[in-house]
Amino acid sequence: MRYLPLTDADRRAMLSTIGVASIDALFADVPKAAWLDRPVDLPPHQGELEVERTLGRMAAKNLPAGSAPFFIGAGAYRHHVPAAVDHLIQRGEFLTSYTPYQPEIAQGTLQYLFEFQTQVALLTGMDVANASMYDGSTACTEAVLMANRVTQRSRALLSGGLHPHYRDIVATHARLAGFTADMAPPDVAGDEDLSALIDERTSCVVVQNPGFFGRLCDLRALAEAAHKKGALLVVAVTEAVSLGAVQPPGAMGADIVVAEGQSIGNALNFGGPYVGLFATRDRFVRQMPGRLVGETVDVDGKRGWVLTLSTREQHIRREKATSNICTNAGLCALAFTIHLSLLGEDGLRRLARLNHARAVELADALAAVPGVTVLNDSFFNEFTVRLPVPAAPVVEALAARFILGGVPVSRLYPDAPTLADLLLVAATETTTTEDIDRFARALREVL
Amino acid sequence: MDRSQGRVTRLAPESAGDGQTVSGHRGLMLEEKLIFEQDEPGRCGVDLPEPAAFASRLGGLERKQAIGLPGLSEPQVVRHYTRLSQHNYGIDSGLFPLGSCTMKHNPRLNERMARLPGFGDIHPLQPPSTVQGALELIHTLAHWLKRLTGMPAVALSPAAGAHGELAGIMTIRAALEARGDARRKILVPESAHGTNPASAAACGYAVESIPANARGRVDLAALEAKLDHDVAAIMITNPNTCGLFEPEMIEIAAAIHAAGAFLYCDGANFNAIVGRVRPADLGIDVMHINLHKTFSTPHGGGGPGSGPIVLSAALAPYAPLPKVIEEGGRFRLVEQRAGEAAESVGRLKAFHGQMGMFVRALSYMMSHGADGLRQVASDAVLNANYLLASLKDALSPAFDGPCMHEALFDDGFLKDTGVSTLDFAKALIDEGFHPMTMYFPLVVHGALLIEPTETESRQSLDQFITVVRALAQRAQAGDAAHFHAAPRLTPRRRLDETAAARKPVLRWRAPAPLKAAE
Repeated sequence: MRYLPLTDADRRAMLSTIGVASIDALFADVPKAAWLDRPVDLPPHQGELEVERTLGRMAAKNLPAGSAPFFIGAGAYRHHVPAAVDHLIQRGEFLTSYTPYQPEIAQGTLQYLFEFQTQVALLTGMDVANASMYDGSTACTEAVLMANRVTQRSRALLSGGLHPHYRDIVATHARLAGFTADMAPPDVAGDEDLSALIDERTSCVVVQNPGFFGRLCDLRALAEAAHKKGALLVVAVTEAVSLGAVQPPGAMGADIVVAEGQSIGNALNFGGPYVGLFATRDRFVRQMPGRLVGETVDVDGKRGWVLTLSTREQHIRREKATSNICTNAGLCALAFTIHLSLLGEDGLRRLARLNHARAVELADALAAVPGVTVLNDSFFNEFTVRLPVPAAPVVEALAARFILGGVPVSRLYPDAPTLADLLLVAATETTTTEDIDRFARALREVL
Repeated sequence: MDRSQGRVTRLAPESAGDGQTVSGHRGLMLEEKLIFEQDEPGRCGVDLPEPAAFASRLGGLERKQAIGLPGLSEPQVVRHYTRLSQHNYGIDSGLFPLGSCTMKHNPRLNERMARLPGFGDIHPLQPPSTVQGALELIHTLAHWLKRLTGMPAVALSPAAGAHGELAGIMTIRAALEARGDARRKILVPESAHGTNPASAAACGYAVESIPANARGRVDLAALEAKLDHDVAAIMITNPNTCGLFEPEMIEIAAAIHAAGAFLYCDGANFNAIVGRVRPADLGIDVMHINLHKTFSTPHGGGGPGSGPIVLSAALAPYAPLPKVIEEGGRFRLVEQRAGEAAESVGRLKAFHGQMGMFVRALSYMMSHGADGLRQVASDAVLNANYLLASLKDALSPAFDGPCMHEALFDDGFLKDTGVSTLDFAKALIDEGFHPMTMYFPLVVHGALLIEPTETESRQSLDQFITVVRALAQRAQAGDAAHFHAAPRLTPRRRLDETAAARKPVLRWRAPAPLKAAE
């Protein structure tokens, strides 16, 4: 077994040092009724070649995004990740390290997390960011829980433009942890007025920008309305690249910003692992969930970094902690940070412009397909179109032509017949004019 | 056998105060500024085309102010992060005996498999017809987890161990509510990981602590005394955080079930028993499994993890979404809380879970097979007991008898030396080892929790033993100063954590003169 260094001679010698006759003697505390005296019913060990063959066969049954014209988004986006990113995150000192409990030999992790926190604060326009959450969706629920703590209220108001999965997760927590989540109906038109629904019991209003259906929204009036009633404005961003082109939530009055950081540095990975961004105002920092890295000095006066404000966290506070979260998404945060370092100010802005330009090109091409209506007056790199027929079978028909043509809204809202004809489509810098032409042509054929 | 490196590092006296260089670098130990301090406007590490002129449709919400991101070229970025990596210690660097964290070797095959385009480059909302292989992988992983635990159901979506705890407690709450039995308390042993009470509280439960007996196990009598109709569940880690198996687990389960409550098992230490004990045979109702521990997906500097839960038949209907179902060789996803999943607690994470971790974990499982996984548990337990046996006269074991996958010591051996557990750990850093877990579990004074894992060779353990014994002697010989000054040989020496918390600096800001110029 290639991963196990002990030889039989080692094992015998070690048992003799321990002073027992057999390995089984070390398991003496296990009740006889639960002791397995033979291997479980699963295949025996395999060499690299065999494992590669088996898993390679499974992988080959999937249609990778890069092998077909690809227009799917809805919270996860296909971007080009520079080669240096994946090379660097696989350095063993990053890949095989752990939470930086011993800061003297974890300055690498601590420094990149400090850089990550700074980048996230800058992108979102907020004061302070944590060292990452599991992903954008779980970060969104953590933001609601934090708003409940800050305001000492227990009623969250969720926009109909918030990603349905994000809404579902808040709803799960609300049901089982005992708070209220009021859900506005799906907001395709982008004209919901949440201001009127905020009252003295509202802990927070949660909106997404760009919205799930793609529309961009000036949030300043909503922020003002929330603040007037003592509620917080939580803004979710599912496409982090948009922050290179769009006014950041921090400039529009947000109190907490959560984002899915997958778009920067991370592959699609069939939905995970991704990286959750979480940013807020300085005054709320002690109510934040998750790890925080802070600057300090060592005994020689040299600048260094440590995990800080840990008294918020479960390993100190146990049941009184701000969250039960223990890890973050360290390696995905590193990928985010490296990619964003490569992009820099100019690169991110250009990347964002490119995404928007491709989406504009796509919107014009689809609008020219008979029967197709583009519903958005504003968008970043994703928008909604209305088809003359239900979207789900159209997407299947496109897939049969090796085109991954967006997400039928019915996949996420299966019980809303009025949404059945809607298709969510996205373009990124990876989308070519040829891809767009093929998509539009195929759509004409299918409809 | 190579014991040549088992010597204790001695700092040459003439080098003690003489680390000064003109550059601030010290040989391979290279100082590195923040990326923000290397900014040169106009520099960029990517080449992207400028799009042809077009009319923006951003609805008047263009970002106008500078973001503030620094400009660097690719060689600078590569050098920057390479240098940072060299300030880190990983399991690739050496022994990382961080108790309860299971820092074992991360096979590189698993990295390669996760990066196959058929796994890494597929979108979670592609039509299921285009991701049959991905769903097959998830289904296969579920099958392995069910076989290894003996449990009838599994939910893969939790993103980490603590997330799995939350998911598991939610299923318990849902099951109790379904029978109209609102209970308010969860019992947690004193030795539990902090996430246990935090997860219970996050699900709205009051937490009550139960004491350990003198042997470091759950005190069954004390537990039974606390059991009433208000107890929803008990959360037990088995093997527990003292590195000991709970011998009365079956009796505990019986008592819990007789009281109408559920047994949650924290599976953080499943690596000690995988292939040898099936949790189902212990009477467990729900357990999370840290794929990054038992099944060796990389810890990555603190994530991403993955924390699937396995469930008993009683809790299976309440499992969180989504589910993968096989029908005649085709796979489909159940993503909605309706129909066959109407009783599910619902969704806890977007999409389908940590797929990248699933691929790595299954690759690890298939590489080991049923026989190898059993050997994993045996060797992990053997290595820990070898350390325990080799150190028991030099350190102070917290409990008598053999341990499971980790050996727990208290700070009795440091009594009156002026050296604390923390000082001892820091001295180990100078010797080239990552320290053990310190001050956890809380039930032992000045705890040192050592988990070598099965992927350490006997030679590696012997080096560690030699060093630990020598350090213990040094402490007992009165050389406290050596420990107080440690570590000396690291990129940074002891850091001022109090100052960091008192006036938190949590991000870089442009220095003041630059601000004035704006």
